[in-house]
Amino acid sequence: MSAPIRVVLNGAPREFPDPLTVSQLLDELALAGRRLAVERNGEIVPRSRFGEARLADGDRIEVVIAVGGG
Amino acid sequence: MNAPEKIAAEDALVVAGKPYRSRLLVGTGKYRDFDETRRAIEASGAEIVTVAIRRTNIGQNPGEPSLLEVLPPSRYTILPNTAGCYTADDAVRTLRLARELLDGHALVKLEVLGDAQSLYPNMPETLAAAKTLVAEGFEVMAYCSDDPIMAKQLEEIGCVAVMPLASLIGSGMGILNPWNLQIIIDRVKVPVLVDAGIGTASDASIAMELGCDGVLMNTAIAKAREPVRMARAMKLAVDAGREAFLAGRMPKKPYEASPSSPQSGLITATRKTG
Repeated sequence: MSAPIRVVLNGAPREFPDPLTVSQLLDELALAGRRLAVERNGEIVPRSRFGEARLADGDRIEVVIAVGGG
Repeated sequence: MNAPEKIAAEDALVVAGKPYRSRLLVGTGKYRDFDETRRAIEASGAEIVTVAIRRTNIGQNPGEPSLLEVLPPSRYTILPNTAGCYTADDAVRTLRLARELLDGHALVKLEVLGDAQSLYPNMPETLAAAKTLVAEGFEVMAYCSDDPIMAKQLEEIGCVAVMPLASLIGSGMGILNPWNLQIIIDRVKVPVLVDAGIGTASDASIAMELGCDGVLMNTAIAKAREPVRMARAMKLAVDAGREAFLAGRMPKKPYEASPSSPQSGLITATRKTG
C-alpha cells in the first residue's frame, strides 16, 4: 500500500492519494501537452524525463508558462 | 527590392551572431487581449518579442489559448525575461525554466530589480546573475542602469547586449540622460539598446539618432490610446532615427543663420550701402 503524498504545487499545498510521476501530475491538472516547464525542489525536470520523474512527499513543484510581459 | 528593404537588409542588428532586420524589440504585457497583442506586434515589425515566465493557474481555464500560440516561436524570436526577480538566484532559476520551456533557446533578457517602487535595476545582483548565466551558455541581454562602468562590466562578463534604461520602466518619461547613453554607446562594443522609459515616437527616434543599436519597449505601445497605430509609429520612428544616425546630421550652428535659397537674383532693389 502506498501512502498519500503532500507537495507544494506553485506555492499551494496539494495532496495526492498515490505517488505519481510528473506526466501523471500534468494529466491530473489537465496540462498535458501544453508548452510549460517544471521545476522540482529548485531543479529543472527536463521534458524527456516527465514520464519517469516521480514526486516525493514534501516536494516543492513549480509549473510555469510564458505570459505577456516586457 | 525597394529602397527601404534594401537598406534594412544591409543594416542588420546583429545579436549573438544572428541578424535581425528590425531594431525595435517589443514586450507583450499590458494589452487588452491576445488579439490586440498579436496585431500590435505585427504592426511594430518586431522580430524579437519579450515574454515573462509565470506559474500556471492550476485548475483554471485549461482550454484557454496560450501566448506562444498567438506568437509562435517559429515566427518570432522569443526573449524570456526575469521581470519581477529581485535576486540573482531567482533570475537564474527563471531563465533555466525558460530555456526548458523554449526547447533549449539561449537568448534571454536579464533584469534584476532593486525595489518595487522604482523598478530600478539592482546592478550587483544583475552582474552576479549574468556571470552564472554566461557560464551556463545563455546569451544574455542585460537590462541595466545608464552607468557606463556597469555597462562595460556586463560586456566584459560576456553579455551579448546591454540595455540601459532611458527612464523608469513604464514611466513614459523618455530619455532623461542622453549624455550617459552616449558614453555607453561610445565605449561598449556589443549592441546597446535602450530598454524602458520610451513614451512616444520621438523618444525612440532620439535613442536611435544617438547611435543606439535598438530600442525595447512595451508600455508606450500597449498603453497608447490606439496601440496598433502606436506600434506602427514606433516602427517608423526607429527606422527614421536609424536612418538619420547613418546619414549623419548637419552641424549645429547656434549663432549663425544660413539661408537655404540663393542670395543672388533677387528682384528687390539692391540696398545702397554707406
